[in-house]
Amino acid sequence: MSEKHWKSVVSQSVCDYFFEAQEKAADVENVPPVISTPHHYLISIYRDKLFFVSVIQTEVPPLFVIEFLHRVADTFQDYFGECSEAAIKDNVVIVYELLEEMLDNGFPLATESNILKELIKPPTILRSVVNSITGSSNVGDTLPTGQLSNIPWRRAGVKYTNNEAYFDVVEEIDAIIDKSGSTVFAEIQGVIDACIKLSGMPDLSLSFMNPRLLDDVSFHPCIRFKRWESERVLSFIPPDGNFRLISYRVSSQNLVAIPVYVKHSISFKENSSCGRFDITIGPKQNMGKTIEGITVTVHMPKVVLNMNLTPTQGSYTFDPVTKVLTWDVGKITPQKLPSLKGLVNLQSGAPKPEENPSLNIQFKIQQLAISGLKVNRLDMYGEKYKPFKGVKYVTKAGKFQVRT
Amino acid sequence: MSSNSFAYNEQSGGGEATELGQEATSTISPSGAFGLFSSDMKKNEDLKQMLESNKDSAKLDAMKRIVGMIAKGKNASELFPAVVKNVASKNIEIKKLVYVYLVRYAEEQQDLALLSISTFQRALKDPNQLIRASALRVLSSIRVPIIVPIMMLAIKEASADLSPYVRKNAAHAIQKLYSLDPEQKEMLIEIIEKLLKDKSTLVAGSVVMAFEEVCPDRIDLIHKNYRKLCNLLVDVEEWGQVVIIHMLTRYARTQFVSPWRQGDVLEDNEKDFYDSDEEQKEKADKRKRPYAMDPDHRLLIRNTKPLLQSRNAAVVMAVAQLYWHIAPKSEAGIISKSLVRLLRSSREVQYIVLQNIATMSIQRKGMFEPYLKSFYVRSTDATMIKILKLEILTNLANEANISTLLREFQTYVKSQDKQFAAATIQTIGRCATSITEVSDTCLNGLVCLLSNRDEIVVAESVVVIKKLLQMQPMQHGEIIKHMAKLLDSITVPVARASILWLIGENCERVPKIAPDVLRKTAKSFTSEDDLVKLQILNLGAKLYLTNSKQTKLLTQYILNLGKYDQNYDIRDRTRFIRQLIVPNEKSGALSKYAKKIFLAQKPAPLLESPFKDRDHFQLGTLSHTLNTKATGYLELSNWPEVAPDPSVRNVEVIELAKEWTPAGKAKKENPDKKFYSESEEEEDSSESSSDSESESGSESGEDEEDDRSGDSAEDSGESGSEPEAGKGRAATRSRARGRGDSKDVDKEKENSKTSESSSGESSSIEESSSDSESESESESESESRKVTKEKEKKTKQERNPLTKDVSLLDLDDFNLVSTPVALPTPALSPSLIADLEGLNLSATSSVISVSTPVFVPGKTHVLLHRMSGKGLAAHYFFPRQPCIFGDKMVSVQITLNNTTDQKIENIHVGGKKLPMGMQMHVFNPIESLEPAGSITVSMGIDFCDSTQTASFQLCTKDDCFSVNIQPPVGELLLPVAMSEKDFKKEQGMLSGMNETSTTIIAAPQNFASSVILQKIVNVANVGVVPSGQDNIHRYEELKFQAL
Repeated sequence: MSEKHWKSVVSQSVCDYFFEAQEKAADVENVPPVISTPHHYLISIYRDKLFFVSVIQTEVPPLFVIEFLHRVADTFQDYFGECSEAAIKDNVVIVYELLEEMLDNGFPLATESNILKELIKPPTILRSVVNSITGSSNVGDTLPTGQLSNIPWRRAGVKYTNNEAYFDVVEEIDAIIDKSGSTVFAEIQGVIDACIKLSGMPDLSLSFMNPRLLDDVSFHPCIRFKRWESERVLSFIPPDGNFRLISYRVSSQNLVAIPVYVKHSISFKENSSCGRFDITIGPKQNMGKTIEGITVTVHMPKVVLNMNLTPTQGSYTFDPVTKVLTWDVGKITPQKLPSLKGLVNLQSGAPKPEENPSLNIQFKIQQLAISGLKVNRLDMYGEKYKPFKGVKYVTKAGKFQVRT
Repeated sequence: MSSNSFAYNEQSGGGEATELGQEATSTISPSGAFGLFSSDMKKNEDLKQMLESNKDSAKLDAMKRIVGMIAKGKNASELFPAVVKNVASKNIEIKKLVYVYLVRYAEEQQDLALLSISTFQRALKDPNQLIRASALRVLSSIRVPIIVPIMMLAIKEASADLSPYVRKNAAHAIQKLYSLDPEQKEMLIEIIEKLLKDKSTLVAGSVVMAFEEVCPDRIDLIHKNYRKLCNLLVDVEEWGQVVIIHMLTRYARTQFVSPWRQGDVLEDNEKDFYDSDEEQKEKADKRKRPYAMDPDHRLLIRNTKPLLQSRNAAVVMAVAQLYWHIAPKSEAGIISKSLVRLLRSSREVQYIVLQNIATMSIQRKGMFEPYLKSFYVRSTDATMIKILKLEILTNLANEANISTLLREFQTYVKSQDKQFAAATIQTIGRCATSITEVSDTCLNGLVCLLSNRDEIVVAESVVVIKKLLQMQPMQHGEIIKHMAKLLDSITVPVARASILWLIGENCERVPKIAPDVLRKTAKSFTSEDDLVKLQILNLGAKLYLTNSKQTKLLTQYILNLGKYDQNYDIRDRTRFIRQLIVPNEKSGALSKYAKKIFLAQKPAPLLESPFKDRDHFQLGTLSHTLNTKATGYLELSNWPEVAPDPSVRNVEVIELAKEWTPAGKAKKENPDKKFYSESEEEEDSSESSSDSESESGSESGEDEEDDRSGDSAEDSGESGSEPEAGKGRAATRSRARGRGDSKDVDKEKENSKTSESSSGESSSIEESSSDSESESESESESESRKVTKEKEKKTKQERNPLTKDVSLLDLDDFNLVSTPVALPTPALSPSLIADLEGLNLSATSSVISVSTPVFVPGKTHVLLHRMSGKGLAAHYFFPRQPCIFGDKMVSVQITLNNTTDQKIENIHVGGKKLPMGMQMHVFNPIESLEPAGSITVSMGIDFCDSTQTASFQLCTKDDCFSVNIQPPVGELLLPVAMSEKDFKKEQGMLSGMNETSTTIIAAPQNFASSVILQKIVNVANVGVVPSGQDNIHRYEELKFQAL
């Protein structure tokens, strides 16, 4: 546990309210994000098995706090490679220095990682060795130029020998498929993640073959909104490094192609301590691409004791404590569809489960954006050199659930 | 519970020796040897020694360890004197850590803290702005009352600092000083007033935050800065945006009159237009009612709209609540899409957003109806999310969607999450009461649930059925009988009590069962729950009154049992009932009315949303989430009846001129500013004109050049070469798409920056209007005045930037200084970059906005009749949506029906016979279609803008059928939003080309615009152009006849 105070100091005992709420909620997922105590309000987020709690004295939009806490967690992730208890404990001083720069009297100061990295250098083994010899420090002593300009996300004086710009178009299919295999709900959520390593102040514009597909888009602050409104072109001076350029949703009016189908028969016999489990996965509308990385996760009912299954492909595990069945399938070969069959052992005497569990499916299709979105071209202005450009498409299952 | 970092093991934060011993090993001190010291005393001695050493590295190690202690909540205050000495350290990291320490402990050690003050005072004069800023930050964080005057002085100086970063910190310091000493309020307000005038985007957010904290009621300070804040908003950092938007929402509610009218009739029929054509909407508003929106009100609504696409959930929510609270109801619809998008983010964001949607969906169902399915519950959602989603689904339920919803609810009822299942049952109950058509279905469904195996589900159903039956005083004898039987098996007290109450209430309708139930419960009375006992007593009393012959003895037996019960509530109730119903000499007048008292018609409980009473809190606030007023919550006032004087927001001319030059945002001093901005503008215009020339040159190689050049020749006579080139380009582009795209010359879309950057140009074109008065009009009040001159000016203004960005877009070998950032001037300051950046941003205003279809006819065409298709029937219709398969394609939806009694397998598109140039994107083969099943697939066909027939073969496993699709000309069109003026212009250019005409027959009495509109949109996918003349209705199809 670590604490940092702004404004006046608040006693630790305020956390007791939080722990109380945490105990009351059976599952960590169910701890309410906003808790009211007699004098303070607690707003918390749960991430990477850690709770980040902030203590609030007065009215403030709760999303403001939640969004900021997530940004803090993102920054830790960025600095330490992981956002875990150990990482925070090991770097407690940097954590403190970061928080000091990120927040002043309850108002965020610098949240862009490009700026923070100029103020406080991320820890590396090499640097700590050098520092201990030369006595220099991790803390920069000039104000990052970004902080003053209209483009706070980019640091000045970036230099690379190889100038590269990569874009990953990642689309996730969120779907609920009902018992009979018809789609109850489906939509496509996409993001474009960029990795930009370009010297100087490049000004990029990215255009699409079919920009109208993008129904609802949210932008990184670097994107010029007006250009998008008028021409449907993404025009921006990029931050340095990795960042999320846009996230978008494809209009739900369009029909969403569902790349896989699942045939399932799960049954529990009345008054007997066993049941049958049989699922088969096959490709549906996969646009001629291979579907890979398939995993099926099933939260079995509580009365299930154990499962004896045989997969025709891949391997499966069943955790008798959490009752989670995971089947790692791998690729689908259309000639021989993967299936998983076998028996389910139930607790004897207990009534048979009311409902069959739903199947959560993960998969991946390389080189395909399922919505049909295509990047047309990327142009760079403002710098003389020719950058290396690349675009990659991936389709994944998002919250893909099959009810049985 | 996971192993999280909150292993909370000490509370007092005291420095117990053992704790500290462990401590040293866990902190990151590189010289880990110190962990060996076991005694508290010795350890701190050691730290002191290190702090006094000459080596920076030792000091740094010591400070790191001390910060580690602070982080753990341990007391390190006794090291204060040793630490404070290092405040003047040259090493910036040590310095920063000392600052951290000071801020934490200064309040406890006030005298010693004073030692450090002089260092800060010196640092405040440092040439490095970062050092000035952090000195101010720390100085103001030291909560020692004695230094208030020093702080005040420092803040005053810093608020006039040249660096906006220091001024930003000054704004933060204001709040800190205010919380330390509220007496300083007046002086602080003066500083706030000064900082509010600051033009830096960096300062805006922080100063508004200070304003909100110190003097939220001094709304008069905002007047003069209102327009500036609205215009800067997009460029302010995201956190500042949230604060400013919340403040402006409150401001708008006090300064403008309500845009909401009683019984807003416009809402429905204009819904389709509002987001694509605000201008038109506004015109319509003006024609139809006296209410005219204050241009400043409009400015705020318009300038916040782009922020709906922010990546920051808090910003999106802030804009959403602004639209909800101050925008006309018909325009608030655009926020729903963005809010639904937020549902993809983390659990906490979902929780808050869903709560707000729940409140909104009670009042305005229509807003979220299209997104109904986004609220479907997944089994992996957290319970609180599930319940909120359920709440929203209930609010959105109506006659049309209830059957789908009930099917969905059926799945939820079976959920393994029993709390959620129970909530679903309550939801079904609420749907049953709100939608009378389905109340019987719901009731039946609930009765079926009574035989569920899970007790919680059954109990919940009983409770809900009880409420439903109470609301419908009809005969439901069967259900009551069924429930009476349940008494034998069910054990949940609430449910048992509900059944007993129900039987008692209806004891005359079930005369045979009721006494029997009483007999059974009398037997088990002593072992029942208190809740049930009370209801047994009630049942007894009711039966005694109605059927005393059979139940007199039983009731008396129960009353006797109750008399000696352990619970005093039950003893009281027993005594009360006995006195009331059993006549004896002592009983008063009341017992005469006993029957009336017990069997009175009871009002039915209202099943309503728990979110019903939340709407009096401003959305998106903490108070709304908690449903109680949080400390510091600022009430949103009601709209004033009469708007306060709008002229208070006018800014004096001189100041205005300063403000609106693009360099307005700059941190540079005036002379520079003037120079840069002018030269920049000149550069811009010269650049763009030269571009447009080269542009038209490059264009000439392309097809269709001849008629275009004819057009441009015509135009050039009127308006010079720049706008014409831009238009030529736009037209060619729309041609290339093969569909009717056009730029939208919607003035509403144009942001203030456009007018800023081009105001110079426009005034040079129109010399007559170069006085400052008309300039201010063009910036902010233009929409209120429809002077033709001004309109002309506008269009010109819009054209100029257009040419510029066209050149940016299309010329690959373009190496002009199009991106100002590339200027090789070495003296390029960041602030200049910012300016140029701003200009660059403004280089857009032409909007090709395809408006949503006004109307989608449900008319289907037969593709394949079931007789000729051997049982396979196919129909198609045009959904009038942009096609996903390609820009040029028209989407066609085909519904396939299997009318045979066998499966039809492998339905696919076989050979295609298409005319030249035509293209088709076929649907994916359908594996099989069940008997009586139907499936809808979508295709895209590029008809090449002709009405030629697309012939292809529809094949099944066994047969092939030739079919063809011929599009009506109306379906090849695409509506775009544009103003009447542009429409006329385009129309003029296109006359003499393909024309399609038809006669619409309408009775004279039906000669209303809506009737004609209906007829036209029935045959063609067009939009309406706002027309100045009432008897002429223009539809954009005209434009596309040429295409």
